[in-house]
Amino acid sequence: MATLTAIAPLTDHRTVGLSDDDAIQIFDVMLRTREIDERMWALNRQGKAPFVVPCRGQEAAQAGAAWALDPKKDWLFPHYRDLGLALWFGFTTNELFLMFFAKGTDSISGGRQMTHHFGSQARHVASISAPLGTQIPHAVGGAYAMRLQGTTGAVTITCFGEGTSSKGDFYEACSLAALHKLPVIFLCENNGYAISVPMSKQSPVPNVADRAAAFGFPGVIVDGTDPFATYAAVRDARARGVAGEGPTLIEAKMYRLLPHTSDDNDMTYRTREEVRQAEEGEPLRRIVEYMQARGLLSEDEIAARRARIRKEIAAAVAAAQSAPEADPVTVADRVYAPVEEGI
Amino acid sequence: MAVSTRSTIEKELTEAAAAPNRMTATEHHDSHDEHGPVAHGLFSPPTGVTGTDSRSGVTMIEAINQALAEEMERDPRVFLLGEDIGPRGGVFGATKGLIERFGPERVLDTPIAESGFTGFGIGAALLGSVPVIEIQFADFIYSALEQIFSEMAKMHYRSNGDARLRMVVRAPIGGGIHGGFYHSQSPENLFVVPGLKVAMPATPSDAKGMLKAAIRDPNPVIFFEHKRLYRSLREPMPEDDVLVPLGMARIARPGTTLSVITYGATVHEAIKAAGSLMADGIDAEVLDLRSLQPYDKPAILASIAKTHRALVVHEASKTNGFGAELAAFIADEAFMELDAPVRRLAAPDSPAMPYNHLLESAYLVDAAKIAAAMRELAAF
Repeated sequence: MATLTAIAPLTDHRTVGLSDDDAIQIFDVMLRTREIDERMWALNRQGKAPFVVPCRGQEAAQAGAAWALDPKKDWLFPHYRDLGLALWFGFTTNELFLMFFAKGTDSISGGRQMTHHFGSQARHVASISAPLGTQIPHAVGGAYAMRLQGTTGAVTITCFGEGTSSKGDFYEACSLAALHKLPVIFLCENNGYAISVPMSKQSPVPNVADRAAAFGFPGVIVDGTDPFATYAAVRDARARGVAGEGPTLIEAKMYRLLPHTSDDNDMTYRTREEVRQAEEGEPLRRIVEYMQARGLLSEDEIAARRARIRKEIAAAVAAAQSAPEADPVTVADRVYAPVEEGI
Repeated sequence: MAVSTRSTIEKELTEAAAAPNRMTATEHHDSHDEHGPVAHGLFSPPTGVTGTDSRSGVTMIEAINQALAEEMERDPRVFLLGEDIGPRGGVFGATKGLIERFGPERVLDTPIAESGFTGFGIGAALLGSVPVIEIQFADFIYSALEQIFSEMAKMHYRSNGDARLRMVVRAPIGGGIHGGFYHSQSPENLFVVPGLKVAMPATPSDAKGMLKAAIRDPNPVIFFEHKRLYRSLREPMPEDDVLVPLGMARIARPGTTLSVITYGATVHEAIKAAGSLMADGIDAEVLDLRSLQPYDKPAILASIAKTHRALVVHEASKTNGFGAELAAFIADEAFMELDAPVRRLAAPDSPAMPYNHLLESAYLVDAAKIAAAMRELAAF
């Protein structure tokens, strides 16, 4: 499992330049991500949906990173565990459940892709696949296109697990980004496991971030259960990118609290006790304690926010369940774009 | 020591030269080497393919260079990337002079990382740029297959039409140039999958017009260029902005006795074979498919409706080659038109084209083999 700093207090949000209101909004992203994720997991367990990719344990890094990004300018090249970042780039709760149930009105793929394979050109979220790491060179090429087109003040960010960082595309992409000093943020969400294989069996060096040295750009390690620390790292990486100083690799260390997917049995490779220990430092618990201890939100206010989100989720689930199915006659539609639109 | 080593080498060289099946100097080198000491016969293949050969016209490699330059001029979104395409101008010369004209940002030399730079191109296309990628040899495209199959081919469909990849992957293909296993392969059949377009011109004017159409096409196009055709034939090239639409075949040689359905370098071999059989009363039609995905089904059916005999020819090996698709299509759609079974002529089912010139010739489909297959089919 990833080495977590022993449940230290969260970074003081004010020391990284965040207002109280900023901290509350980051909390909201984390809470919404957790609530949607839990509801999807439960619906799967109830047999109402065939598949889910959980992100429990990864909300803090995603919400912190989100707050440092500008979805109007920046582009996200996510992986399938990036529910929190997908929310930040504009996917609504309704849309996410249409995706989850693979309905015909699913805005991401019309039910064609498995759930959590995000993508929307209008929202600056690149469409993704399931083979790992293919999105990493896409982010680098996207940043190059920004340069060719004279776009300034923007970055691309790509997210992936530590398992993916073993693939050649990661190294080839790092090399291309470094060669051209492109505004790319490589955000490795190191959740400790590549399905069942722990970091110690994946990598001869303890940190993914160490690999940045080979390409001559910074590799930064942050506590990925601390949203404010992750925010600061992504903010700095974005500033570097925008200033023309090139890419940054950020390794946010965290722990995957649920199995890899709804089809995985994690008790075949880790113990209940290990998961229980990780739960003690899990990001939602930490941020809730922080908000209360700082007097930013009371227990009642948090409960009210949670209730409001749950109500929205219930409505989104009902709407998605009754949404129209994909029309079978469209199975071979939109394989190609019409040529006259291109020429 | 040095003297005795040299005399040993000279002695062994004499023995090797006297050994059976040696490759001659004229076979290995030719007079069209424009690329200095690095290049040799591999990069500037021999002349001799029949066609519109004349000293005054434009070669296929020049036509490709013109198409790239014209499209870069026309649309500032178009940029090139690949190995050695900058000051070197590409190992075959396709991008010669372009870095001087358009600058290093639009003519980007890449590290040797086919998957990485193909993915890079996909990302750039998602953000509205138009990459034209050069894979140095089709033999080296396999590193990029995950990006091509999992990303490029599926992007438009999986996004339900939201994302489109206007991009081209150019790859020199084919053999007969003493390139051995890894500079001679013909893997075009692999790319005939939904979501990709596959083009393979046989003439300079088609190469130019089809490449221009491919660059303007909103879909990803895999564009195969037969190395043996790069400098072996010339054609006058129109000055105007001529596009040759993808997906449309052409009748390369009209005829009535039988239809040869082929593409790439074997188009010229088939034309030569057809000429050699006229005296025997066999007047073959040669259909140059030009595109493999989508391929021109009406043109195939029209030709068979005229000749009632079909011979499918390609340079790649036979089993599960693209000819298998063509033969199955003809059997499905034109069975009642046929006076003889559909025949396929292709390379043997060995893993690749050998280096030794006799083995290479044995592997290659040439005019003599096509002529023999035509005779058999005509006699059925």
